[in-house]
Amino acid sequence: MKPLLFANGRVVDPSQQLDEVTSVLVQDGRIAGIGRDLGNPDGADVIDATGWVIAPGLIDVHVHLREPGQEDRETIATGAMSAAAGGFTGICAMPNTDPVIDNQGAVGFVKAKGEAARLARVYPIGCVSVGQRGEQLAEFGEMAAAGAVAVSDDGQPIMSSHLMRTALEYARTFGIPVADHCEDMPLAAGGAMHEGIVSTRLGLKGIPAAAEEIHVARDIILAELTGGHVHLCHMSTRGSVELIRRAKEKGLNVTAEAAPHHFSLTHERCDGYDTNAKMNPPLREAEDRDAIRMALADGTLDCVATDHAPHHYDAKEREFDDAPNGIVGLETALSLALRELVLSGLMTLPKLIERMSCAPARLWHLPGGTLRPGSVADLALFDPAASWTVDPARFRSKSRNTPWAGETLPGVVHATFVAGRRVFSAADLGPRRHPTGA
Amino acid sequence: MSPATLGKDLVGLEHMSAEQITAILDTAEPFKEVSERPIKKVPALRGKTIVNLFFEASTRTRISFEFAEKRLSADTVNVQAAGSSVSKGETLVDTARNLEAMRIDMVVIRHGSSGAAQFLGQRIRSNVINAGDGKHEHPTQALLDLLTLRDRFGRIAGLKVCIMGDVLHSRVARSNIWGLTKLGAQVAVCGPPTLLPSHVADLGVTVFRRIEDAIQWADAFNVLRLQLERMTAGFIPSLREYNRVFGVTNERLSKAPKDIVILHPGPMNRGVEIDSDVADGPHSVILPQVTNGVAVRMAVLYLLAGGAPDWATAGGDA
Repeated sequence: MKPLLFANGRVVDPSQQLDEVTSVLVQDGRIAGIGRDLGNPDGADVIDATGWVIAPGLIDVHVHLREPGQEDRETIATGAMSAAAGGFTGICAMPNTDPVIDNQGAVGFVKAKGEAARLARVYPIGCVSVGQRGEQLAEFGEMAAAGAVAVSDDGQPIMSSHLMRTALEYARTFGIPVADHCEDMPLAAGGAMHEGIVSTRLGLKGIPAAAEEIHVARDIILAELTGGHVHLCHMSTRGSVELIRRAKEKGLNVTAEAAPHHFSLTHERCDGYDTNAKMNPPLREAEDRDAIRMALADGTLDCVATDHAPHHYDAKEREFDDAPNGIVGLETALSLALRELVLSGLMTLPKLIERMSCAPARLWHLPGGTLRPGSVADLALFDPAASWTVDPARFRSKSRNTPWAGETLPGVVHATFVAGRRVFSAADLGPRRHPTGA
Repeated sequence: MSPATLGKDLVGLEHMSAEQITAILDTAEPFKEVSERPIKKVPALRGKTIVNLFFEASTRTRISFEFAEKRLSADTVNVQAAGSSVSKGETLVDTARNLEAMRIDMVVIRHGSSGAAQFLGQRIRSNVINAGDGKHEHPTQALLDLLTLRDRFGRIAGLKVCIMGDVLHSRVARSNIWGLTKLGAQVAVCGPPTLLPSHVADLGVTVFRRIEDAIQWADAFNVLRLQLERMTAGFIPSLREYNRVFGVTNERLSKAPKDIVILHPGPMNRGVEIDSDVADGPHSVILPQVTNGVAVRMAVLYLLAGGAPDWATAGGDA
């Protein structure tokens, strides 16, 4: 493969405190060098990145790819395509498929499908419990050997404190995190949205913030008991942020993520029974959204993760109570983060790359998240100053469920590279995104 | 658009103006008289097709709508769907499209899911009237409650009305809160905290923890039905204790500084939320509510079909 020279872009790599206009040389799928005077070694193909940001590819530790079992919503290949279109080079697939990914054979299936797609890297997550039934530990060792990078029963909280304790203890053997969906089930049962003034007006059963916070508090206490690595999924409340802040002050092995919809939207978005605003955890109050943003800025929350949840269009076209939770996340995540976190002045662009690339790679021990010479050449090229209008019909994802249809967002991804190979190009694939001016 | 125009649908009172609500009540006045005639029929909706689409069991509301429709000379079809659309196997959107394809003029919908009426209204051209959606709204019930209060007191503004009981699960309560507050009444709720919505005070209502306090304050009580399944779901320990602590009894009412007018949307659980001697007593307006229900529903149907409020006055003989 000919070397590739990404020339004259703004290279943003917080892993080496780099933010300057320079060039990146890629050879044999790895970063070969960074600098202005790389010349044109071995007749490298030159990609003019003038005006664009060159960053380590984004990494999402929380996506639902629906395969096996729900391929009408998404497949591993379409999910990996959607990821590439959003600037992601690595995605971690939650195991709540049908059947669930609770054994080494199933982990191998996800990994093989991901490799065959040759798009964004797909990392399987294995179940914590057999069948996600919350009873018996799944075979972490065999799943890790087959490629699982973490374990989770996501979609279902691990309600049994005993199971969570043993999972955290046992996962230490393999150095993998236990990612937990924090929701006290009896307290949240039947809830369709955040419990507050909007649920009161709409006559929908609410899920109190306490349902998440009780579970977060328990997981933190068990992390302290076991020394295991607990990763808290899709944090949505200011109370959770406070608990995590205290846990980190104590030096506990706790990491946490937040989803773009939780730092962008609030429960008022459910008005009119808009099922594209139905999530679990639900959209919360402005104070919660602001606390999530601040926590991403100060590092209390380690990373952005989309909770990418594709649904067939007619599944969302129904009564709010009966509609499924979640939205397509991968193709809007970078733009929302730019708008809500960077353009709002809360953090710098390098800080955002840290939250969306470096931190997930570092905390979950994944390749990428850096442009250091010798590391994998996973890169995202985007123009943070350009904007585009969200047209769900042009999503690379199989699904269309998004609350941002028709909105103009900043940040256009121009190309995504995995191991030095182009896996997405806005130019090649036609005008998916309609630039609407600088 | 005049302020009294209702728009296409009647989904709830939350987004209606005081003028619109008053227009419905005023339009209901002449329709009351239609039901007192030997021949209880006017031709206002002749040739209109109305489907009463009930996904939940209902006797009173369905019959009341059907009488209202028939007394306006509409052609009506009743659809009693077993359970929700989901258990029936057809989605609500498909049901909506099928109704649309049959070129009907109006749909009266009762559904177990909050938002179902609005969902339907956004997807079909026909007028949609909400006959109760989940825990959201039951606007015609609140309108008939308002009409009954207005009959009794001659006004709504300044009245003190306390809604008693299971506000959490009640669409009647929400519609009443909006309707009463928009017309200038003061509204309170009283019930066990387990059966009050978490943010009910933010709707602009006073919260009484004890019925004894509500009795000192109120001009009227709107007593909600306590569903028996609230006990098994753990919201209250027992119906007996509920009656002891929150039941509307003559013994309690006797301590009121003035006679409290009693409303109940029905069906009643005598001896649970309300004692028989209160329900059947001199200050109960429970049966006038039922009578007014037909008139209010006639008014709503008539106005949504495009009738003008002033025409309704003359429309009795049209």
